[in-house]
Amino acid sequence: MNVNALEIIEPRADHVVPDGQRVMDRLQAIVESLLFAAAAPVPLARLVQALDGHDRREVAAAVRRLAETYEREDRGLRVVEVAGGYQIRTVPEHGPWVRRLLGGRPPRLSRPMLETLAIIAYRQPCTRPEIEAIRGVDVDAVLTTLLERRMIRIVGRKEAPGRPILYGTTPEFLEVFGLPDLQALPPLRDLGELADILRATDLSLTPEGVVPTEVEGDGEGHSRATDDPGDGS
Amino acid sequence: MTGGCTVKLEVFEGPLDLLLHLIKRNEVQIADIPIALITDQYLATLEQLPELNLDGAGEYLVMAATLMLIKSRLLLPAEPGADGEVEEDPRAELVQQLLEYQRYREAAERLVDRPVLERDVFRGGGERLGGGSIATDGPPVRDASLGDLLSALREVLARAATPLPHDIFRPGLTVGECAQRILARFALGDGVDFAAFFQPGAERDEIIVTFLALLELIRLRVVRAGQTERFGRITVWLATASLAEAVELARQVTETETETWGRSGEDERQRPRDH
Repeated sequence: MNVNALEIIEPRADHVVPDGQRVMDRLQAIVESLLFAAAAPVPLARLVQALDGHDRREVAAAVRRLAETYEREDRGLRVVEVAGGYQIRTVPEHGPWVRRLLGGRPPRLSRPMLETLAIIAYRQPCTRPEIEAIRGVDVDAVLTTLLERRMIRIVGRKEAPGRPILYGTTPEFLEVFGLPDLQALPPLRDLGELADILRATDLSLTPEGVVPTEVEGDGEGHSRATDDPGDGS
Repeated sequence: MTGGCTVKLEVFEGPLDLLLHLIKRNEVQIADIPIALITDQYLATLEQLPELNLDGAGEYLVMAATLMLIKSRLLLPAEPGADGEVEEDPRAELVQQLLEYQRYREAAERLVDRPVLERDVFRGGGERLGGGSIATDGPPVRDASLGDLLSALREVLARAATPLPHDIFRPGLTVGECAQRILARFALGDGVDFAAFFQPGAERDEIIVTFLALLELIRLRVVRAGQTERFGRITVWLATASLAEAVELARQVTETETETWGRSGEDERQRPRDH
């Protein structure tokens, strides 16, 4: 802001920095307007398209600066990356007030819905029998609810007998759970780890019978192979 | 908070859920389940579970049978394999299933712990999620049953053109084509009145094939038929995210049906063009 005598003599050379700064501030403000008005997640490419004349890098930097500004100033909004785009949302801590104002009920997420959704999210595309094999229950009604809520969609049919329908998750799923993409899902507890649990107690049958490597303290009821008058009958 | 009093019963989401509950309660290792103990407790819990619906009961009973089978296998002396190979623990498969289920239960818990849209965080615009979808807007919509659809069909048929006695089947009318025609109506907007799929003055065969196509699309969950009140008007909505997706899906899934429904004279025309 200090007007320097040099500026008057050489305005162009000296104004480069402040001008660039002003352009960036304006760009950040425009991005803020765009994200606010769009409500839905806006992919970077769409922002670049709307901000004709600015390249991808500039726009990305403006989004990043906007996000930093919100955080630094501890504002009630955040710029988050969800479902392949950017979205302005309220901070989670303000949820109760916003909900009271809007009066809506939070979306119902029952355990069957969440479990089914998790299976589809991690295994997609997958079929109804595959989901049922894991959950051990019929999931027809749950699938209908999830389809209605647009959390899942039919993505095709499996080339298998009966050509069962294949399900996958939707962008709405990513949006509801605030995920940028499917890769952002936290990793499942992997099978190696599961195998370790199995090894720890040695499930293999020796010719003498099933003898666990570590014998549990209570020893009653579940001693196998050998006769056990305590249970059975 | 939402008023009313909720009585919290121990409700299980299925046999695996109940088994995991018992394993946790008894503080036993998942990989080393005391089958006799757990089976007894499992059966005892089943007896207490109030009015299991028929489907649910089936699933619980299958598990009960599995548990008893495993228990009996464990009581038998293990036969040594041909070359001293160790036999698999009869519990192994169940353990695998339980672990796999547990894996996704954890994943589900992690999902719901995230900031959920419209529960913890809100986006701008005041527009509700899935705007325009039947799940959130307007009066609650119930799925139209086959009976509802049939009575709506009867109405349409009553208005159908008198059939010409000699014109039994017009050529080129297949379920696949009718399905595409039905979906084309959604280009103008979602939520199409049932009657709108049937052109005024259409003949019976056309109406019937269109109806079959509609049933097929409902069965494949490309579209949904619903009504806001019993015996009310039936409206059909797209069940897919976009129309393009619905069209693609219908094309893909009616390929086989087209062959079934295509009449011998048209077989040449029915062949998918890209092969």
